[in-house]
Amino acid sequence: MTNALQRLNPLRPEGIALLLLAAFLGRAIWWFAVSDARDTSFATEIIISGLLAGVMYSLVALGFVLIFKSSGIFNYSQGVMALFAGLFASGFMTDFGLSPFIAIPLTMVVMVITAILIERFVLQYLVGQEPIILFMATIGLAYVMEGIGDLVWGSDVKRLDVGLPSGASDFMFDCCNLYVEKLEVSAAVVAAVLVAALMAFTQYTRIGRALRAVADDHQAALSVGISLRTIWVIVWSIAGFVALTAGVMWGAKSGVQFSLSLIALKALPVLMIGGFTSIPGAIIGGLIIGVGEKVAEIYLGPTMADLFGANPNNFTAIENWFAYVLALVVLLFRPQGLFGEKIIERV
Amino acid sequence: MSLTQPESTQGAADAAQTLLEVNNIEVIYDHVILVLKGVSLTVPKGGITALLGGNGAGKTTTLKAISNLLQSERGEVTKGSIAYRGEKITELSPADLVKRGVIQVMEGRHCFEHLTVEENLLTGSYTRGDGSAAIKRSLDMVYTYFPRLKERRRSQAGYTSGGEQQMCAIGRAIMSNPEMVLLDEPSMGLAPQLVEQIFDIVKALNEKEGVSFLLAEQNTNVALRYAHYGYILESGRIVMDGSAADLRENQDVKEFYLGIAEEGKKSFRDVRSYRRRKRWLN
Ligand SMILES: Nc1ncnc2c1ncn2[C@@H]1O[C@H](COP(=O)(O)OP(=O)(O)OP(=O)(O)O)[C@@H](O)[C@H]1O
Ligand SMILES: [Mg+2]
Repeated sequence: MTNALQRLNPLRPEGIALLLLAAFLGRAIWWFAVSDARDTSFATEIIISGLLAGVMYSLVALGFVLIFKSSGIFNYSQGVMALFAGLFASGFMTDFGLSPFIAIPLTMVVMVITAILIERFVLQYLVGQEPIILFMATIGLAYVMEGIGDLVWGSDVKRLDVGLPSGASDFMFDCCNLYVEKLEVSAAVVAAVLVAALMAFTQYTRIGRALRAVADDHQAALSVGISLRTIWVIVWSIAGFVALTAGVMWGAKSGVQFSLSLIALKALPVLMIGGFTSIPGAIIGGLIIGVGEKVAEIYLGPTMADLFGANPNNFTAIENWFAYVLALVVLLFRPQGLFGEKIIERV
Repeated sequence: MSLTQPESTQGAADAAQTLLEVNNIEVIYDHVILVLKGVSLTVPKGGITALLGGNGAGKTTTLKAISNLLQSERGEVTKGSIAYRGEKITELSPADLVKRGVIQVMEGRHCFEHLTVEENLLTGSYTRGDGSAAIKRSLDMVYTYFPRLKERRRSQAGYTSGGEQQMCAIGRAIMSNPEMVLLDEPSMGLAPQLVEQIFDIVKALNEKEGVSFLLAEQNTNVALRYAHYGYILESGRIVMDGSAADLRENQDVKEFYLGIAEEGKKSFRDVRSYRRRKRWLN
């Protein structure tokens, strides 16, 4: 009880954060309350589309978290992996005329081989080095993968049609008078299924347990006979799988192009908010950013313009930087992120 | 002070089989720090062998040289050989050794703190390929030896007490179905009563399950009561060995390791002279 009260103390950082959050939420609810029916459905559409975009951010962030937890490597190349996978998938389909059912598993094989090569030629030699060195190595990896993708498939924007339904969802339109893009819904469903499957995998399988063991204590994991090299190949393959899903979904929405690797930059604030070591954190962080930036774009922009008496057009690009500001605010108050694993310290 | 008067159990086991043979190994860390300067020891099947010595004597290094966990600490065996059941094991990975039945319980317990106690135990069975039914039987077996772990099996290991973590670490090793456990300082930081309890379980595992132990300990007193045979390590060299009963009665061991001085305290110089005498005697 006293604990809860202390948390609301406006003089303490968590208190300020909570109050800000409450104010933000209150404002959002207020909008809902005062707006007429058409506005409400517009707001709902915004939130839904934010959630759907957020699932994609979660997915990319998840790839980061898995690698970071199991090897302490901050994998800069995660975004490029999505591009790389997208390029191969669209290449197999357009240049070789394969159906998605063959092209996607084939791309997965490519990603596993990539993981093995990365372990064999990069990680193996850098084990036990400073994190910053490993980080630099992944920057190098990013360029190598980007180069290979370019070399093999060329650099123009590619269409990627994996046969997911697209257009407005009639069902949502009829029932609730909402405009929802089918493609976004299917992408979100696929991502959600993948996330659930990954969580179940790490939680309940022997390999999943080993992954978590390695994340906790390398030496102890070695001592019970877990081979770190095998685990790293597995983790990078999973990250490849996640990247493949993200690449294909994103590619289906806006074509496979080199800017795809930039989604990794959006994953960064997601990680800062969710915490670098938390799988649920990555998911919730992604959703917060997804919804937050859409809502900020639509509502916060005009409000701020009002506030400063400025031209509303000056506040139209909030979507681009909102995530980073939010991440900074979280970092100020909770450096380990909202869900970052507490370091267990016994007294 | 030699191998000439083995204790009865030791003698029988010795005749039966030598599991581990460490022959004159030298270990260097970071290519320059010489830590072990020619250590030799043997562990018989079915015995509890103690490796005794003070801080920095090289006990942990010896165990890690055997289990091959040295590599990940930039340590290297530069001379000598280590054989398990006659097979040279210096080139094997820790995982290969676990599969052959040699597993180390590291100093300071090293439980996986975000895993539950039961998940910790199950990671011990990672290398086993004999099916989930057999693993379940091992788990039940571990729980009968450590009832405390059964009570705590759903708790995160990081939040359990030091004694429970030590039990968890030993139980985890037992889950690999080992023939030999390299147990590094199980008494560290535990209350005397808990130390007794843990050693009793080690003894039971040794007698009932036939697990052999190589036990590194600073706590000479307790270790020599439970072990069959002991080696004393000082600055990277074995300076004395003998059956546990002999070591317990030995005047020098009493003075320097058990803290039972006969005629007042001895100074560090006497320790030196003891070592010279020892070498001369050999
Ligand atoms: N990774 C390492 N790099 C360099 N030197 C090391 C390393 N590990 C241990 N040493 C050195 O090797 C010597 C022996 O250490 P070791 O840990 O084997 O001793 P120990 O007998 O287990 O001591 P304790 O009872 O304190 O655990 C010490 O002088 C220590 O400083
Ligand atoms: Mg030690």
